[in-house]
Amino acid sequence: MPARLELSGITKRFPGVVANEAVSFAVQPGTIHALLGENGAGKSTLVKIIYGVQRADEGTVSIDGRAVDIGSPKAARALGVAMVFQHFSLFEAMTVLENIALGMDDPPPASALEAEVRRVLDTYGLSLDPHRDVHTLSVGERQRIEIVRALLQRPKLLIMDEPTSVLTPQEVEQLFGTLRQLADSGCSILYISHKLNEIKALCASATILRGGKVVAQCDPRAETARSMAELMIGGSLKDLSVKAGRSFGSERFAVSRLSAPGEPPFGTSLKDISFSVRSGEIFGIAGVAGNGQNELLAVISGERREGVSGEIRLEGRPIEGLSVSDRRRAGLASVPEERNGHAAVPGMTLTENALLSARAKKGLSAKGILRFGAARDYAGAVIKAFGVKATGPGATAGSLSGGNLQKFIMGREICQEPAVLVVSQPTWGVDAGAASFIRQSMIDLVAKGAAIVVVSQDLDELLELCDRLAVLNEGRLSEPMAVQTISVERVGLLMGGVHGAHDADADTAPRAA
Amino acid sequence: MALVLQPRREPSKAMVWAAPVIAVLATLIVGALLFTALGYDGFGAVNAIFIQPLLNSNRWQDLLVKAAPLTLIATGLAVGFRANVWNIGAEGQYVFGALAATGIALLTLDMQGLWILPAMVVAGVLGGMVYASVPAFLRVRLGVNEILSSLMLNYVAVQLLFYLMRGPWRDPMGFGFPQTAMFSLDQTLPRVIPGTLIHLGVPVALAAALTMWFLMARTLAGFQVRVVGAAPQAARFAGFRETRVVWMSFLIGGGLAGMAGTFEVSGPFGQMVPTFPVGYGFTAIIVAFLGRLHPLGIVAAALVLALTYVGGESAQTTVGLPAAAVGVFQAMLLFFLLGSDILVRYRLVRKGAPPARALPVTASPATRAVPGAAE
Repeated sequence: MPARLELSGITKRFPGVVANEAVSFAVQPGTIHALLGENGAGKSTLVKIIYGVQRADEGTVSIDGRAVDIGSPKAARALGVAMVFQHFSLFEAMTVLENIALGMDDPPPASALEAEVRRVLDTYGLSLDPHRDVHTLSVGERQRIEIVRALLQRPKLLIMDEPTSVLTPQEVEQLFGTLRQLADSGCSILYISHKLNEIKALCASATILRGGKVVAQCDPRAETARSMAELMIGGSLKDLSVKAGRSFGSERFAVSRLSAPGEPPFGTSLKDISFSVRSGEIFGIAGVAGNGQNELLAVISGERREGVSGEIRLEGRPIEGLSVSDRRRAGLASVPEERNGHAAVPGMTLTENALLSARAKKGLSAKGILRFGAARDYAGAVIKAFGVKATGPGATAGSLSGGNLQKFIMGREICQEPAVLVVSQPTWGVDAGAASFIRQSMIDLVAKGAAIVVVSQDLDELLELCDRLAVLNEGRLSEPMAVQTISVERVGLLMGGVHGAHDADADTAPRAA
Repeated sequence: MALVLQPRREPSKAMVWAAPVIAVLATLIVGALLFTALGYDGFGAVNAIFIQPLLNSNRWQDLLVKAAPLTLIATGLAVGFRANVWNIGAEGQYVFGALAATGIALLTLDMQGLWILPAMVVAGVLGGMVYASVPAFLRVRLGVNEILSSLMLNYVAVQLLFYLMRGPWRDPMGFGFPQTAMFSLDQTLPRVIPGTLIHLGVPVALAAALTMWFLMARTLAGFQVRVVGAAPQAARFAGFRETRVVWMSFLIGGGLAGMAGTFEVSGPFGQMVPTFPVGYGFTAIIVAFLGRLHPLGIVAAALVLALTYVGGESAQTTVGLPAAAVGVFQAMLLFFLLGSDILVRYRLVRKGAPPARALPVTASPATRAVPGAAE
């Protein structure tokens, strides 16, 4: 039997970069094949070529042994290729069914479509109400819409792009169940990810990309996560210096009974949030995106003060009435999730970006006049201390890769030696090398007595970094849990909105929130 | 097959500054062809408008006098444009400021003293600021789009001018003409070079541009304006308040427009007349963008646009061009500038020709449900 999908010698060049160079691999019928690589390894470009969004400069794509020319996503769908994108394209104010109809080339009448949708849902045991408005759905449910959309096409090959980055552990398990069932029925799945444990659990074969080239083909079940990671980054991973033996001092930062309205139109309001962090401690806030993380960050940093009630104390001193700049002077540093346009201005130089948040503490402006010399020196010092790959302080923030910009932003805050650092998604979209550097720098900061609050969707990261963590769901924060004794299953249930009545034991009787 | 715009990875720095030059050249060529096609001597017109004033040293002073208000207004507007605050109401602020200065002048007609002119300038600046604070207030407090509010207020100011000229402020000794009395010597802007038309407003405009250069490049306030314009969220992260930048933009823009109005009414005009508004407030928008929102670029751009005023007047007599031709040239300039700016940031590409070979259509109809059983 010919391979379901076979790529041979695919090359794609963009001005200045070769995104894919002579990439060849094959996906057999009914198998789940992983495409593995760091950000920038060329996974996305390759997938876009298979799905007809872009054209290869060289090489051929064959489906079921026949060379095909895929000129558009529509042509790809006609060939039986379906794709679930990482970022959903859904209209929040419309129903599930309306969204599905909008995504079809030639939608049948609503009643016929609903029957077909329900059949797909039944076949794969997916729970989803076709008549719900999308903005009322969880991220996992939204993803199911995209999956149903894809399955309605009776695909022979389904491409999944980083599908689990926004799911709770339980939702991931459900998704895997669906994908395995789909594979058993003969559909091939190309599974794109950089989460190695998931790939080991799900995939029978894997292609690893680095710098646009295939560096290895392997059976993930026979590899360790570490060996695949090393193939992916092309070097050996550095272990984080042990976090055990950290000693905690007095309370540095405390939030009590904090409430705030959500960002319009569908934002999540914060409800009665309380937690405290001690000197030397890293406190994690887990949760699926869109459960109030951005609101919490903005309220703590002082970017949002309207309608906020409750207390924020830094070393015992109330700071909820202070402006962003005054909070910084008091020793609070923050790093928002979005790098471009929030933590940094892409069109400005690193020197100018240093001015954004380090003015007061580093004396980069005096009496309303900017001290560019001092700002340049500080930006240079951050670049050096954090190993930022940039042409110098005069490079624009937008010219840096995601990982390097994140290193610069983290460095800009950490080099100010804040008493408290609040950071959201510190390693989101950052390559493994930079991620481990950033984590280490946070560990070093608390070793000097600071307190850190990390908001992240990456549970593995929180478990690795944090001493205690709590889960944010629909704007409410759970009780903090010590990481050493934590049950991942319970965290997952909390992330999914199931609040167990008591302690973190096997008490998993689901009670919908 | 269609042409689509594709973003360039990084716009070339050189082209960013070459775009205004290209726009000027394109305006000259297309303008010449256009007026030739309309039956005029097109190349003669371009020569009369853009070349002759430069060759004739007697016209240089005219250029400076026209460039001064354009520079002042554009310098103020550029602050707002940097911050994405779109004050289109400079014409109204210019008129309102000039009316405020005229009010002081009419009150002090019988007085003497060196304080009178400074008082008029202060009144003119404040008048421009007051008029600009209307759209600023509406935007900050009620979220009203400042483009619309400031644009519409232009017409209100002009109507106010007409009313005052025909009624309360009409010169009782003026044989019924709708204009004010002539200003006294103490109310007239002094010449800086005796024997020429070059008044104090010319060096002040240059000084204003240089000051603004320093403020934008070196001060925290200028930095705030740039960050708010480039990334509003990053501005909040940095602790900058957008409302403050909106207010600052309107007050600087209105204040400088009011100052320009004061200089015009107390200088070249010497009295207030209904024909006082000549569109400097609108032309200054073109000046600001042609000068790349950079104070020094604005000085150069103001000279180019001053050419269209000075040369346009003489072209009416020498080539017989209609007065509206000046507006056509100014509009073409803005059009070609915006066009070249787009091409600096995007490239034009042909969107994929439909595949030459027919696609092997083997799959089942896309709308059928029940997936999986493909083989």
